Amino acid sequence: MRYPRFRLRALGAVGCVAALAALAACSSGGSGGSTSSNSNSGTVTVAVVSNPLITGQMIPLTQSNFEKQYPGINVKFATYTEGDLRAAIQKAISTRSYAFNVVMIGPYETPLFAKNGWLTNLSKQYIASDPGYDAGDLLPAISKSLSYKGDLYAVPFYGESSMMFYNKTLFQQAGLTMPHNPTWAQIEGFAAKLNQPGKVAGICLRGLAGWGDNMAALDTVVNTFGGQWFDMNWKPQLTAPPFVDATNFYVNLVRKYGEPGAANDSFNQLLTLYGQGKCAMWYDATVAATSIATTYPDVYKQTGYALAPVNLTKSSGWLWTWALGIPQGASDSGAAWKFVSWATSKQYDQLVAAKYGWSAVPPGTRTSLYNNPQYQAAAKPFAAITLESINSVDPEHPTLHPVPYTGIQYVVIPQFESLGLTVAQQIAGAIAGTESVSQALQAGQSAASQYTPAQLSGSG
Amino acid sequence: MTVIEDLAPPPTAEVRPRRASRRERWQLRLPLLPALVYTIVVTQIPFLVTLWYSFQSYFWNTPAPAHFNGLSNYKTVFTNPAFRGALVRSVVMTATAVIVAMVLGVFFAVLLDRKFLGRSIVRTLIITPFLIMPVAAALVWAGPMLDPNFGLVNWLLQPFGVHHVAWLSTHALGSVILVMIWQWTPFMTLIVLAGLQSQPADTLEAAKVDGAGAWATFGELTLPHLRPYIELGVLLGSIYLVNVFDAVKAMTQGGPGTATTNLPYYLYQQVNNAFDIGGAAATGVVTVILTIIVATFALRMFARVFQFEEA
Amino acid sequence: MTAVPVRDREPAALRLRRMTGQVGWGVLAWVVGIAFFLPVLWMVLTAFKPESAAQTWPPKFVFTPTLAQFRLVFSGWGPYVTHSLIATTVSTVLVLALAVPAAYALSVHPVPRWRDGLFFFISTKMLPIVAAIGPLYVLALHAHLLDSIWVLIILYTAMNLPLAIWMIRSFMLEVPKEMLEAAELDGAGRVREMTEVIMPVISPGLVSTALICVIFAWNELFLALNLTVTNAATLPMFLISSVPQEGLYLAHLSAAATVASIPVILVGWIAQRSLVRGLSMGAIK
Repeated sequence: MRYPRFRLRALGAVGCVAALAALAACSSGGSGGSTSSNSNSGTVTVAVVSNPLITGQMIPLTQSNFEKQYPGINVKFATYTEGDLRAAIQKAISTRSYAFNVVMIGPYETPLFAKNGWLTNLSKQYIASDPGYDAGDLLPAISKSLSYKGDLYAVPFYGESSMMFYNKTLFQQAGLTMPHNPTWAQIEGFAAKLNQPGKVAGICLRGLAGWGDNMAALDTVVNTFGGQWFDMNWKPQLTAPPFVDATNFYVNLVRKYGEPGAANDSFNQLLTLYGQGKCAMWYDATVAATSIATTYPDVYKQTGYALAPVNLTKSSGWLWTWALGIPQGASDSGAAWKFVSWATSKQYDQLVAAKYGWSAVPPGTRTSLYNNPQYQAAAKPFAAITLESINSVDPEHPTLHPVPYTGIQYVVIPQFESLGLTVAQQIAGAIAGTESVSQALQAGQSAASQYTPAQLSGSG
Repeated sequence: MTVIEDLAPPPTAEVRPRRASRRERWQLRLPLLPALVYTIVVTQIPFLVTLWYSFQSYFWNTPAPAHFNGLSNYKTVFTNPAFRGALVRSVVMTATAVIVAMVLGVFFAVLLDRKFLGRSIVRTLIITPFLIMPVAAALVWAGPMLDPNFGLVNWLLQPFGVHHVAWLSTHALGSVILVMIWQWTPFMTLIVLAGLQSQPADTLEAAKVDGAGAWATFGELTLPHLRPYIELGVLLGSIYLVNVFDAVKAMTQGGPGTATTNLPYYLYQQVNNAFDIGGAAATGVVTVILTIIVATFALRMFARVFQFEEA
Repeated sequence: MTAVPVRDREPAALRLRRMTGQVGWGVLAWVVGIAFFLPVLWMVLTAFKPESAAQTWPPKFVFTPTLAQFRLVFSGWGPYVTHSLIATTVSTVLVLALAVPAAYALSVHPVPRWRDGLFFFISTKMLPIVAAIGPLYVLALHAHLLDSIWVLIILYTAMNLPLAIWMIRSFMLEVPKEMLEAAELDGAGRVREMTEVIMPVISPGLVSTALICVIFAWNELFLALNLTVTNAATLPMFLISSVPQEGLYLAHLSAAATVASIPVILVGWIAQRSLVRGLSMGAIK
């Protein structure tokens, strides 16, 4: 019995297609970009975080404006979630694979990479000969957080601190007033009064495991309660009373008056909940104001703003900026700097304003933006308090008592990428109710105790 | 004139098996060589390099180059409770998913074996979960399906008194296993269906004529016939399910705490989070050794799955 | 006397019961099928929603559909789908090219130690690739294969080869002995035996093997995520990158998930008959 020949012919056809595809692979494979001294041509491969300010603005504007301005430069974007981004960048930089010649990093990685000699000194290499860039215009706190030994090793794309958002209508109905500078005790009182189980959460807080997610918020609470990660001898302090008190406060607050399923919630989920009127208060990044304004215009009208709540310290917001740096030794570094300086320039802000409106401009980087009357008008409700939040924080002295590290909601040590995540996972477990706060902090303490002081201080 | 048909075939000469000549032996081996050499090069070289790194202290978050540190990585593997936890979780997740998927697979296969209106459409519906990109399935389950505030599942379960359950917080392991089952049941169904359709119809008819009820027929005739198919499904399913990574990464990132961290995800965290290449290599080598031990026993148990008849 | 067929003598009551049973069976099967398919339905539905309608309580079934999410997906997916297509087709062809002769050498004219050979191939599938990803990155880097489509092709081939060998071997064992003997008597050498006897018989099995390889290569995330960046990034990475850090995404994600899965779904639907037949042909003896 013979089977139809056409099946074999079909397989043969597929084989031919595959052979053609293989030839296509030969021509498309391999990394691009030859090193050229001409900074107006080359390939720029940028690793970025997946974020509307980038996917919705930076990438389209690069294609429509930057590449037209510099036709010889080809920009490619690799978009990742935050955890994947760090992993990809760390791999590439440490093994010198030069998969990227522009990397999006923050004040956590920048000093560490700079110390290892992995980043180009932007101040000396480029900014010194480019006065039009006006690095002096950058907000001081942001600028300091991206510097090492006084020089900038990354330049900010957008910056944020944290603040309290609240629904003015709900506050009015309950006869409550939010002070400009609230304390956590006051917040707890408000949350208790405003909480309507099943309908409106008294306060919405981050619980998703991640040192940039739930730990960002919790760390600010720890700092303002007088807690710290390590003492001056690099002994972990996660089971010391201030840290324990702060964690108990945060976890109980979210479990009693917070949104259900908080252990899975970070910025995205909370933005949606708040925008649908399901949160009376929301403690999160200042950049949320921009998102509320653009996505939920009705709730935006009802939104009030207050500084990050404090307890024992004067201020307590976090500080973060997504910034662009150039790995040391990367090819086409001239073209890379052209892109980096374009994306972080005053002119870029103008481009965004023209296409998307002034209220959509990436906030928190340049003083000139906040002095711009058009921006002031368009972002009136939140511009001033955002600026105040960013200017009031000091990442070099984040805690009540002296500590051997810098960083408000992170600790600038290489081990924090792993340690922060471990502790964050434990806290998420406590928020989910699968373990107690003391169990979570015990686990965190033993994780932190694995490292010797020599390792942590970088001399080991 | 009669035409002689049905000539008996001439008696074949008895060929006594003789020792194959050198050339003949190479003729037998030659077709195997390309695949064999390819597999050895592509799988064993990385394994050897992994073995080498397992004796080094090599981190991607410090500038220090890789340097020898003896058995220190192995010591950490055996003393670190995180590894043991990941191992146990891997076993629990795989065993649960395989067993439930196979039970459902048998049930679906029995459903699909009988003719009814629109049978091929229902079969298409049942196969589809296996064809969905795993990371897509995981993200869709984590978001639109299981979200505590907006998910479809909570809405469907409302009449049963379920209110805004945070599935990925309070039932994280179950949720991940659910997605694994959802994606692999079609695979089991197809294998068992193949078994059902290869069942000789006459034995079934004979049983019916004998007056055997449906359950008795199933238990005493069908199930034994299906056994090699079930074993194949369990074996292949286990091999793939023990390495599940996409669902854990996309749904829970190993949490809350370490509730859903299985072995692949644990290794992923060691490489991409702790940047501990030496430690991950040592963990990998230990895993390989454990897997070989388990596999040797498993394959002995499933011996009949291998075709021990020669052509 | 001719026997009266049993059915004609079936009393009406019994026949009614049998037919209700059949209908009930069909209904049960349909309910099960739809329930099982529900998440896919929900995914496709969500893909047509604007983001504001994708996260609501209660979930919206009625809304104004929009193609905006799909437009977004299609505007971004170009390089990713190209890389996925190349990696999948080239690796699948490579797998078949290597697996057919290997399966031949393990079945029709087996090498003396074929059991060991088969076990070796299966054992490579049991090693978690996750463990070697660090060394693989370094190896790829030194071989200048990092972020190259070839590193994916090479690894996907190795990934699918054992299963392909196993499956094709089973199909080859189904080839009727009489056909092989006839060919041998005919004076056919190995090559003719392969092309004229074996290949035609196992071709449905080859299709189902190729299908399985395509499914696994197309859906592979882990290796692509760790070893590629922009020049070889595949569709699963496109999907993961559509989950933003600070923004809404459920509808866009559903659209991306739908689009990413459609090629394999279509191929699977069309070839499902072949899949079942291929598996029943010789998965087990």
